[in-house]
Amino acid sequence: MEVLSSMAGTVFQLLVSKGDTVEKGQIVIILESMKMEIPIESEHSGIVQEIYVTEGDFVNEAERLLKLV
Amino acid sequence: MQEELSVQLKRNVEKIRKGGNPKYHEQLKVQNKLFVRERLQLLFDNGSYQEDGAFANFQEGELPADGVVTAIGKMNGRTICVMANDSTVKAGSWGARTVEKIVRIQETAMNLRVPIIYLVDSAGARITDQLEMFPNRRGAGRIFHNQVKMSGMVPQICLLFGPSAAGGAYIPAFCDIVIMVDKNASMYLGSPRMAEKVIGERVSLEEMGGARMHCEVSGCGDYLVASEQEAISVAKRYLHYFPQNYAEKPEKKDGAKQASLEPLEKLIPKNPNAPFNMYDCINTLIDEDSFFEMKKLFAPELITAFSRIDGNVVGIVANQPRVKGGVLFVDSADKAAKFIQLCDAFHIPLLFLADVPGFMIGSKVERDGIIRHGAKMIAAMSSATVPKISVIVRKAFGAGLYAMAGPAFEPDICLALPTAQIAVMGPEAAVNAVYAKKIEEIIDPKDKYAFIQKKQNEYKEHIDIYKLASELIVDEIVAANDLRNVLINRFQLYETKEVLVQKKKHPVYPV
Repeated sequence: MEVLSSMAGTVFQLLVSKGDTVEKGQIVIILESMKMEIPIESEHSGIVQEIYVTEGDFVNEAERLLKLV
Repeated sequence: MQEELSVQLKRNVEKIRKGGNPKYHEQLKVQNKLFVRERLQLLFDNGSYQEDGAFANFQEGELPADGVVTAIGKMNGRTICVMANDSTVKAGSWGARTVEKIVRIQETAMNLRVPIIYLVDSAGARITDQLEMFPNRRGAGRIFHNQVKMSGMVPQICLLFGPSAAGGAYIPAFCDIVIMVDKNASMYLGSPRMAEKVIGERVSLEEMGGARMHCEVSGCGDYLVASEQEAISVAKRYLHYFPQNYAEKPEKKDGAKQASLEPLEKLIPKNPNAPFNMYDCINTLIDEDSFFEMKKLFAPELITAFSRIDGNVVGIVANQPRVKGGVLFVDSADKAAKFIQLCDAFHIPLLFLADVPGFMIGSKVERDGIIRHGAKMIAAMSSATVPKISVIVRKAFGAGLYAMAGPAFEPDICLALPTAQIAVMGPEAAVNAVYAKKIEEIIDPKDKYAFIQKKQNEYKEHIDIYKLASELIVDEIVAANDLRNVLINRFQLYETKEVLVQKKKHPVYPV
């Protein structure tokens, strides 16, 4: 299961680390886009296995951010 | 002899009313579907209706009513016309008389100026009958031609209970609202089997044209429901917001207390970049139990909903800062354009609640045609002649201000809350844009920060809401907690609004 970016923007804050348990609906990353903070919620529960981005990275819409297991 | 004839008639009618082969009735149960006549029982007041053309294709023997029931009757005390496919008869497919019956009930709806409801559950054209039902003057094309004629004249509602395949998929496409039953409803031009044969794609029906997909992704569906019973009650609720036709106005109800008593002021955060939930704000403005949302699952960064404010029907277009920052995208612009047209066609006044950083930018959306889609929203809003109130809740930047019925688009009033900001862009973006070179030249980070802060503060003063009010850019500044009362008063006062449309055929709409 992957968490995808809902829109194009810059990774502003990573709120989880590898190995963290994440609940469905939990905010895992905050993007900055159009000068707004855009919270990204996880659509699934799981454990963070992989983080594909670091703070400051540009991500496009639908780009993968995290992998959960 | 007379008695014999009436017994015979009764027997024939009973046979028709039974629909298709019992094995197909069994199938309905497995699929959690109701038989077409059970659906009509639920739809019409006291389950009573007048049917037209029940004997269509009677002499053929195996095609009761030719697979479609067309009827007229009362729903919530109002006259409506109905077309309802019978999927137990040749999978609800369309033969020559099926099509003729549908065309006739549409003509009836037009003559009587009453809403029409399409209960769709059909496999599409009966290929064996194609010459009689497909290409001719009163063939299937006439159904869609009629739908376009009826659009904006009378409300057209589609309840999608099963498939709506190939050409038949255009019935929902031309309706004002499409209510889809999860798992059972589907809409597609080519079935998965056809897609595999013709283009080599392997895909499931649900992925290709399932109800959820259409309500979340394609935007062809407006309202996802769990059962047929729910679909029918949603259709009844929906029609409460509408008049019978374009020449009438929606019925006013007695005012009710507001949906939420929370003070609006508390719901809007101080930090202009922090998200908040626009639904909570809407609840402080509208009557209890009066919220009816269109396309809730599609492009949720913009909310489009019918509501009542002190009993009067009002269509709401509101940015949702909690989703994608409330930024307008290709899909949100489309969603707004259709909703605004729908409200305007049937005299439903519009309330715009703006908190919008603008239309999305970047290569992705430019390739998607954000300008072209944004133009649809602006054109629809601009040409709407119903009472329009625009409220700048927080920010209204760039073309976002225009799309949300900004001052230039002749809203009856542009109200600002004290938290409002109106500008080409926000202070951060503006300072970066104007002073990019200067900022780059300053080497000391402290000096750089100080310079940016200074310029941002100057900019903020320039777009201060009192300055905008003193320049008559916004018409009034209203305390958030007073907003509901102001809206109640103003919508009442604007009731007599009448705009004479310039003489021409119609605008050339951007699409």
